[in-house]
Amino acid sequence: MAVTNGSGPQGDPRLSEQVRQDARAIIARYPKKRSALLPMLHLVQSEEGYVSPEGITLCAEELGLTKAEVGAVATFYTMYRRKPAGTYHVGVCTNTLCAVLGGDAIFDAAKDHLGIGNNETTPDGTVSLEHIECNAACDYAPVVMVNWEFYDNQTPSSVRELVDGCRSGNPPAPTRGPSSLCTFKEMSRVLAGFPDGRAGEGVQAGPATLLGLQLAQQRGETAPAYPDGTVPGAVNEDAK
Amino acid sequence: MFTPVLSAGWSDADSFTLDGYTRRGGYTALSKALAMEPDALIALVKESGLRGRGGAGFPTGMKWGFIPQGDGKPHYLVVNADESEPGTCKDMPLLMANPHSLVEGVAISSYAIRASHAFIYIRGEVTHIIRRLQQAVLDAYAAGHLGKDIGGSGYDLDVVVHAGAGAYICGEETALLDSLEGYRGQPRLRPPFPATHGLYGSPTVINNVESIASVPSIVLGGADWFSAMGTEKSKGYTLYSLSGHVKNPGQFEAPLGITLRQLLDLSGGMREGHTLKFWTPGGSSTPILTEEHLDVPLDYEGVGAAGSMLGTKALQCFDDTTCIVRAVLRWTEFYAHESCGKCTPCREGTYWMVQILQRLEDGTGSEEDLATLLDTCDNIFGRSFCALGDGATSPIVSGIQFFRDEFIQHVTGKGCPFDPVASTVFAGATA
Ligand SMILES: Cc1cc2nc3c(=O)[nH]c(=O)nc-3n(C[C@H](O)[C@H](O)[C@H](O)COP(=O)(O)O)c2cc1C
Ligand code: SF4
Ligand code: FES
Repeated sequence: MAVTNGSGPQGDPRLSEQVRQDARAIIARYPKKRSALLPMLHLVQSEEGYVSPEGITLCAEELGLTKAEVGAVATFYTMYRRKPAGTYHVGVCTNTLCAVLGGDAIFDAAKDHLGIGNNETTPDGTVSLEHIECNAACDYAPVVMVNWEFYDNQTPSSVRELVDGCRSGNPPAPTRGPSSLCTFKEMSRVLAGFPDGRAGEGVQAGPATLLGLQLAQQRGETAPAYPDGTVPGAVNEDAK
Repeated sequence: MFTPVLSAGWSDADSFTLDGYTRRGGYTALSKALAMEPDALIALVKESGLRGRGGAGFPTGMKWGFIPQGDGKPHYLVVNADESEPGTCKDMPLLMANPHSLVEGVAISSYAIRASHAFIYIRGEVTHIIRRLQQAVLDAYAAGHLGKDIGGSGYDLDVVVHAGAGAYICGEETALLDSLEGYRGQPRLRPPFPATHGLYGSPTVINNVESIASVPSIVLGGADWFSAMGTEKSKGYTLYSLSGHVKNPGQFEAPLGITLRQLLDLSGGMREGHTLKFWTPGGSSTPILTEEHLDVPLDYEGVGAAGSMLGTKALQCFDDTTCIVRAVLRWTEFYAHESCGKCTPCREGTYWMVQILQRLEDGTGSEEDLATLLDTCDNIFGRSFCALGDGATSPIVSGIQFFRDEFIQHVTGKGCPFDPVASTVFAGATA
């Protein structure tokens, strides 16, 4: 595995002036500047693919903290990586419900197929793998996340295809997400609070999300009307 | 039976856009609210009987009423969009399909508590939902629903979408505040409570996504409209999330007090050829229930009387192919992993409980281990700094209560009698 030791020559910061500008834009969102630390660490990952020593220094300098203080925060949160993530970071949900419904078998299949273990990266740096906790999508179990986009209702064979697609740079689109998968670094920039303009892509909801509404519609049921006679969520003719 | 309000427009392909939301009456509640006195809004929400949808069911209007007025300090609204309790999967689909219902609720609720700054703390592991929320906030600013002088009312509000970074404990409201202030997310000692000493030491309301998203409908419908749904002490409609070995998992918006039997009957029941073995009413921190509890009304009182908690209405259903020891071990591993480490009973207790459950699952445990497990739970429950510790004991205590024989079987049979393949969704298929 390619190892980045992160220690660029003194006085030769690898992080560009642009990153510093972006960090200041994050700080400006908050009444107190330390609140910017979590998004700034996502920003560091969007440049470096992990929380690098340079990134820690930048956060410390901009926020007036010690590097130890920044490091102590970074290590508390599982999304901040100490080693570079793959271009595609694959997370298999192995919390109880997904595990029982097939997540354990899927995780084993992913490990075997990629030849790596938990929290490891393929030698070419394309795919990293991790087992993750419940990702708030249990109605789509078993769930796999790549760069924290939803791949719902997975099987061992669908995940083998998914990681093959990642390795060849041509991953399938998420099931509920944008029309193509972005990289780990691009994703991290969105999390830092810099929208990528792709919110309009993809479905509004998956089939499980819509099940209750469809049953209500089939049964002709609505919520009680408001006092003015309109039904909650009914199309408002004036607004059209 | 079903009362779609938040979900009513979700079948529109553009339900998440400003146009889609406005077409279905969106932001009319905000105009109505801004013409009211803030105190009248607090009174309205109190009267509606809305209780927090984040798990504990605390009355929302009462929480707002605790905010001191005229104190000269800034006030804050913080929305808890951390949704990480295992099984819970309602806020994320709500935000994917209908982020504006939250944004409108944020504007109304912030006005009511006299806050000019609101934060939405969303778990980081949901990229596309973060995009949708960011866009909804941007579009609401552009339309004049947020920002300066909203709708010509003179009221100003700034809203920040803040992505977390992977820590279940940051859903606990005081840990969330520490995290939002840029620290490790560890719970704070209470009192003082967030209502007086919250974000940056200022008065702060923290509410769940669904709680805040319900507010616009209460403004439009009124307290009587809302409280006509639900049961005596659990008012209104809510989102139930059905998952697991059911034929058709999904989200169901219905009045509080519906039963799991009704939901299963309407949605198609358990998967073919299998029966319900155990289920959680509201995530893994709520004690499990069994088939004998199918008719328990799913409201705060009903589930409480059955010995569990309504929690987040995350109905995870497991069938007869599922090993209870495996399920309990996996949940306990989750709590051990997510324990923030601040207090000894939870940090040490969860660690040891994993060791014991592991040997039970391996077939190297003893009957005495069950007593040790229960004893450890006793030492955690009520003795931990926050509710994560209490929650960690729920699967173990309830699991042993209902399935003691199965734990013993792992000891006497020196291993697990279940075939994990049989419980997968692709059992029988060539995976
Ligand atoms: C360990 C732990 C995790 C929690 N996670 C969440 C969560 O993800 N979302 C949430 O709304 N409440 C969560 N809560 C409950 C919050 O502390 C708080 O009660 C809630 O956000 C209040 O909002 P409500 O009154 O609108 O329900 C959690 C509590 C604990 C102890
Ligand atoms: S109970 Fe657990 S999560 Fe809560 S403060 Fe103690 S160690 Fe942290
Ligand atoms: S258990 Fe996997 S998404 Fe909830």
